[in-house]
Amino acid sequence: MIAEKTNTAQQIIDAVSASAGKVNFINDAALSDAMLFLENKGIPTNKHEDYKYCNVDAILKKEFKNLSQNFKEVTSIKEFKLENAVTIVVVNGNYSETLSDKIILKGLHINSFNNLDDNGKSILTSQADVNKDAFIALNTAFSGLGFHLKVENNTQLQIPIHIIYISSSNDQAITNPRNIIEIGNNSEATIIEHQITVQGKVFTNFLSEKLIKENAKLTSYTIQDQGENGFSVNTNQVKLSRAASYENTTIMLSGQLIRNNHNVVISGENAEAHLNGLFVIGNTQLVDNHTLMDHQVPNCQSNELYKGIINDKSIGVFNGKIFVRKDAQKTNAYQSSKNILLSDDATINTKPELEIYANDVKCSHGTSTGKIDESAMFYLNARGISNENAKIMLLNAFAEEVIDKITNEELKELIQKKLGFN
Amino acid sequence: MITIKNLHASVDGKEILRGINLEVKAGEIHAIMGPNGSGKSTLSNVLAGKQDYEVTEGEVTFNGKNLLDMEPDVRAKEGLFLAFQYPVEIPGVSNINFLKTALNEKRTYEGKSSMEAKDFLALVKEKQKLVELDGKLANRSVNEGFSGGEKKRNEIFQMAMLDPKLCILDETDSGLDIDALRVVANGVNTLKTKDKAYIVITHYQRLLDHIVPDFVHILYNGRIVKSGTKELALELEAKGYDEIKKEFENTPV
Repeated sequence: MIAEKTNTAQQIIDAVSASAGKVNFINDAALSDAMLFLENKGIPTNKHEDYKYCNVDAILKKEFKNLSQNFKEVTSIKEFKLENAVTIVVVNGNYSETLSDKIILKGLHINSFNNLDDNGKSILTSQADVNKDAFIALNTAFSGLGFHLKVENNTQLQIPIHIIYISSSNDQAITNPRNIIEIGNNSEATIIEHQITVQGKVFTNFLSEKLIKENAKLTSYTIQDQGENGFSVNTNQVKLSRAASYENTTIMLSGQLIRNNHNVVISGENAEAHLNGLFVIGNTQLVDNHTLMDHQVPNCQSNELYKGIINDKSIGVFNGKIFVRKDAQKTNAYQSSKNILLSDDATINTKPELEIYANDVKCSHGTSTGKIDESAMFYLNARGISNENAKIMLLNAFAEEVIDKITNEELKELIQKKLGFN
Repeated sequence: MITIKNLHASVDGKEILRGINLEVKAGEIHAIMGPNGSGKSTLSNVLAGKQDYEVTEGEVTFNGKNLLDMEPDVRAKEGLFLAFQYPVEIPGVSNINFLKTALNEKRTYEGKSSMEAKDFLALVKEKQKLVELDGKLANRSVNEGFSGGEKKRNEIFQMAMLDPKLCILDETDSGLDIDALRVVANGVNTLKTKDKAYIVITHYQRLLDHIVPDFVHILYNGRIVKSGTKELALELEAKGYDEIKKEFENTPV
């Protein structure tokens, strides 16, 4: 289908260009491709197959009529800090050295985009193809001053890294935070990416290029808590080398619009990728999870578990694409999407997309959508447990499968508290 | 303790209970027997407040209050306990957490403070012993993966923990082997006091060898057609339900 182009992209370009700093860390070819893509294709509407349930064009048009790019500085991040973590802070797309912890971990390097080494320069824009998606293009064209986080070879980071992205504006703004995360051969790290909007109405267009090298392991968490004035598109472009392991758990706590494009390219044998997601939404929220597991080589496995609790008039989407290329024999891929609808007006659209070109693979998917189990409710009621508490217990039980994937105890407690199930 | 007057109830517009009258006093054990489809489980579900049942006529007074006006959880907090015929499996909800919530909600309702963790665990230990329930089961999800016997013992364990005034045992003997039956009955007998009352719903007489009733009622076609003492159960066992059916089949409703 040919997606119709509207002038939203041009309006954004005009508004953002006026105040944007020069993006001189991204090479000219990528920059001009990005601008060309935006000019030619625009921001996707619901006529675009990948954005069928998520008309970002219409949302931006409606919600961001007065884009002023009038940002507000952030002076303290104390309330968001985890006790046992190295904190990195990004304010309105720009890496803040002053708010971030001074890094003293052996084997960990963080370089701002205006201070990239040749290796960093060669990775930037190498994973996220500007010709693939409007939001990659938008981020590339107007990228904030991000950072390259590199874990050297043979390094086991004992302390998790907590990246706090704060968006804050005096009225309406768009920001484009971006990073490169590179885990060296035989290394291991835990990274928590935490997305917050503290003031104003902000559309945050995240982009992260993640490289997980041979035999390396990245445990990654994405906590999305942007509040009712937070709108975001989040692109994760991940590449796994031989025997690499990647596990991401995304907890969608708040945000009026959350669109996640999680693309994992499995390019080395014996690698494994796990994506878990939990969204608890209500009112008129829209949460759209698009995942892609691109199995390019043999003997790899991938797993996906997405769960949603959907209330009021909110809409949830899970679209999981598993792509098994001709050479990717002995692929083992599994996908599961389970949802509870708490209101008659709530919607879930769930769609597995399996494209398999190899003949010796195990791929399967499962999906279920239902209401709260009435017989379980009655059983709890019959023991003297009120409706309210019974509902909390049953929702907690439903969500636990995903929450249990969080192995960092401090983060797990925080999430449980935020979800209010305990 | 509980007075049921002319209770009529329907499911999906079909009348199942057609005028039940029953009075149970503190300290008494009443057995309700009847063939399949006579309305035994409907009666227990209606008393516990299950939504699918519609009470069309009659009244139920529980300790001087109108039971039918209460939400199911309030009925439980007031001291009514239903031991389910088919206990529900609830994956992800731990037995212990479930019991703690239930117990503390009841205590709050009674104006008492929540139980200390230490006292709660001591109580769990004591009551588990009563029904010979494996300690490991308490830490598992509610009824998940329990055998039929374990589920029934778990019901009696919950009953022991919550200390209700009126216990309704809905076919607690179904699916139990003779040893489990003995354990369950032993639990019930140990818990029996002069302040508590029991309504034991069963298809077979064998449970009543272990839990001896003061009164036996025969339910047929949604009404109690015959009442007597424990000898009635023996008579029923000897003659079978066919006699009852023949005798009351054509009784006008």
